Amino acid sequence: MNTQKLSHEPLIRVVKRTERPPRQVTLLRALALVLSILAGGLFILSLGYNPIEIYATILSGAFRSKIAIQGTVKIMIPLLISSLGVTLAFKMKFWNIGAEGQIIAGAIVASYFALYHSDWNHWVLIVVMFLAGVIGGGIWGLIPALCKMKWNTNETLFTLMLNYIALHIVDYLRDGPWKDPGSQGFPKIARFDANVMLDKVLGVQFGWIVALVLAALIYIYLRYTKQGYEISVVGESTETARYAGMNVRRIVLRTMFLSGAVCGIAGMVQATGSDITLTDAVAGGVGFTAIIVAWLSQLNPITITVVSFLFSVLEKGSSVVQSSYGLSTDCADVLQSIILFFVLGCEFFIRYRFVMRKKGGNA
Amino acid sequence: MDMFIKFLVAAVLAGTPLLFGTVGEILSEKVGHLNLGVEGMMSIGACSGFMAGYFSDSFAFALIAAALGGALGALIYAFLTVTLMANQNVTGLTLTIFGIGLSNFIGVYALGFSETGTLKLPDGITAHMRNIHIPGLSDLPVVGELLFSYNPFVYLGILIAIIMGLYLGRTQTGLNVQSIGENPAAADAAGIRVIFWKYFNILLGGAICGIGGAYCSMIINRGVWISNNVGGLGWIAVALVIFAGWKPVNAIGGSFVFGALRVLKYYMPKSVIDLPVAFYDMLPFLITALVLVISSMRKSRGIGLPAALGLNYYREER
Repeated sequence: MNTQKLSHEPLIRVVKRTERPPRQVTLLRALALVLSILAGGLFILSLGYNPIEIYATILSGAFRSKIAIQGTVKIMIPLLISSLGVTLAFKMKFWNIGAEGQIIAGAIVASYFALYHSDWNHWVLIVVMFLAGVIGGGIWGLIPALCKMKWNTNETLFTLMLNYIALHIVDYLRDGPWKDPGSQGFPKIARFDANVMLDKVLGVQFGWIVALVLAALIYIYLRYTKQGYEISVVGESTETARYAGMNVRRIVLRTMFLSGAVCGIAGMVQATGSDITLTDAVAGGVGFTAIIVAWLSQLNPITITVVSFLFSVLEKGSSVVQSSYGLSTDCADVLQSIILFFVLGCEFFIRYRFVMRKKGGNA
Repeated sequence: MDMFIKFLVAAVLAGTPLLFGTVGEILSEKVGHLNLGVEGMMSIGACSGFMAGYFSDSFAFALIAAALGGALGALIYAFLTVTLMANQNVTGLTLTIFGIGLSNFIGVYALGFSETGTLKLPDGITAHMRNIHIPGLSDLPVVGELLFSYNPFVYLGILIAIIMGLYLGRTQTGLNVQSIGENPAAADAAGIRVIFWKYFNILLGGAICGIGGAYCSMIINRGVWISNNVGGLGWIAVALVIFAGWKPVNAIGGSFVFGALRVLKYYMPKSVIDLPVAFYDMLPFLITALVLVISSMRKSRGIGLPAALGLNYYREER
């Protein structure tokens, strides 16, 4: 009995497959997307609503009017920028979960100039605030990279903690030094001067142009520059990079500064273009959603642009679903994560295949 | 003195949800799976536990539902990372976003059915959540207050931590399970059912996190539902695992220390140190970050850290 049992192969075995043709890969991912939409539909159905109706409301809600479309684009701006930011780090397999904090850090430094130098020339001020966002976010990204390089500190948890630290710095500024004296005791930071506000292009703050330009720049940077190439080599294997004579330390520090800096730009643009003040909700979870977007897009800036637009449609649409059906906007988070669950699962079928045990076992 | 005892009691109460999350995460990390979904699993548990209690009026049922909710979240994670070998960081993070979203969503949905516009647990349940009273013991001065007068969750959490410590460190099964986190291929070759025990530990860990979530939704706000009720505690729990050196029993002390940090702002006399409230709110995260950096400086991160943490196991590649 026993010896017979030992000779048995498992019923199902997982085997690495030769690479699938790109068309099949695209097809599989599309299938995963369809399945996730169906799963989301089942969830909506189980709550007693008609999924087709809800999905239709999401779509029409994001596009039904000029104002709605502008609202969708407004949601997309910080999401796209910070997705690009985390992509730089992820390409290097540096687990930057700290986009949220880097967004806030960029917004804080930019807000300093918005609050205390609002009398400067409009364009000088905007350039200065932009650089402030870069430096704030960049430093917030550099800290964990420095510790990682020096002591091999776990970056996942460290960047995460920095999120909360940045958040409470905003609370501190709001309750103390930057408290709006005109708010009658209610702790909030004053609304920025009109001179600070980012100009509108086609009815939306020009952050959307910044975002699109960044997408193009980062696409070129990752694809066609030496530094971009270095990032992918370090991501594949630090040993290989070292063997090839690359200065891994410098590459990691530089890339994390850039990753944080790009997220910092998102914070600056959100505070000075959309919120027109600094609140502790300036990042509001965008830094986390950005990670989903970057991963769904296989870290490709072009795909990221498309996916972050679709996610913004989902966000905007679910706010309409909220007002017409009373369903919370958290619906968007749930749907987004379901989509990523399915796409994550589908990667398996791209890389592996199942082999069934041959009849009669393996003698 | 009286104030100090009150502070210690408050620290234990604030540390208890962390204890559940930390012990749950240790179970998962011991089989090599860094699950960043603790916050999500706690949120799901918070929601399923609260809703089960709200609609069934039974405390036991609420606890079971919370554990099941957490385990269900863990099942998504386990299926994706163990069976489908998906990236652990991204899967865990997605589980967190999913869990928080789902929990808030269902909360708002259930509010829609409430006539009063709030969700409050029925008295039948809150009676079970009151502090225990053991005649004689609970009446002792100082000791009674410090040891014998908490709500049942506190004792449950300590009990679970001790049992899990015994399971991992003192049983043959537990030692086998730990070897999976060190070297899954060797464990597999030694005849340990790697996949089964990975699922077992991750799901059990999720269930424990789920109960921790129920603490957040049922105790912290005295039985009234609010959104985002876990509020970042799950993330502290993930970091506390390092602080506890991957030992469930150490997690008890660690959680209470961090609990103390969370409530310090209410007990620090302004005449001694007058710091902004935001600083106290930041403190647990700041200390966690410092612990991370300091422990990596001392290279003590090797103690208890499972060697294969974060790496998925693919049998044919050994």
